[in-house]
Amino acid sequence: MKVCDLVDKLDLKVFCGQQGINRLVDGAYVSDLLSDVMGNVDENNVWITLQTHKNIVAIASLKEVAAIILVKGHEPEQAALEQSNTEGIPILGTKLETFEIAGRLYALLNES
Amino acid sequence: MEFIYEVEGGNFIKAGNASSAVKKTLKQLNVDPKIVKRTVVALYEAEVNIVAHAYRGSITVNINARSIRIILDDDGPGIPDIELAMRQGYSTASPKVREMGFGAGMGLPNIKKNVDELNMSSIVNKGTKVEMITYL
Repeated sequence: MKVCDLVDKLDLKVFCGQQGINRLVDGAYVSDLLSDVMGNVDENNVWITLQTHKNIVAIASLKEVAAIILVKGHEPEQAALEQSNTEGIPILGTKLETFEIAGRLYALLNES
Repeated sequence: MEFIYEVEGGNFIKAGNASSAVKKTLKQLNVDPKIVKRTVVALYEAEVNIVAHAYRGSITVNINARSIRIILDDDGPGIPDIELAMRQGYSTASPKVREMGFGAGMGLPNIKKNVDELNMSSIVNKGTKVEMITYL
């Protein structure tokens, strides 16, 4: 499954990092603690979080995360947006809460 | 080969820049991807520790055929009790830093897990020196 498939099927907003829209996704990780993500997220995972600052893109880039999904209508800060465009790592958005979007993503990845 | 990077205390906008540069270099040198991943996790945590706790610091990376040796040397408040600081969940990070999702007391344990050798020394009100070695 690709990032663009998730965008379609989960009705996600693409804030930035459009160049990375065809990156492959093979799992996901949910956490708002950055060291936890640093230690445990795998490459090609989607990272679901409510953090919106620039450091999330640095972590996503270092760990080769496929895309970041911001929950509950959160939007990326300007510096995060710019960095996402530079790195080509999409930041996506949903109005749903973490539990709901994680559940839907889990079902979607399991059926593919 | 030796590379030196400067780190500014308190500047979260630049946090991770040195780690990112080192990652690129290790990849170019065809270091085993598993070792690159582990090194990057440890280095990022140590870099963020300088940003979150110290006034300024430097990162010196030495790479040869046998090992990657990274020394982080900062001017800062120092760590009074290193054993306590190493404990999972222990943190002295400010509320602002915690709000960003840092300061969960996971950084030093993450470093220890991802390098072969970790040596730390610190002088209160002067600074902290961290040496991380990974064997190739």
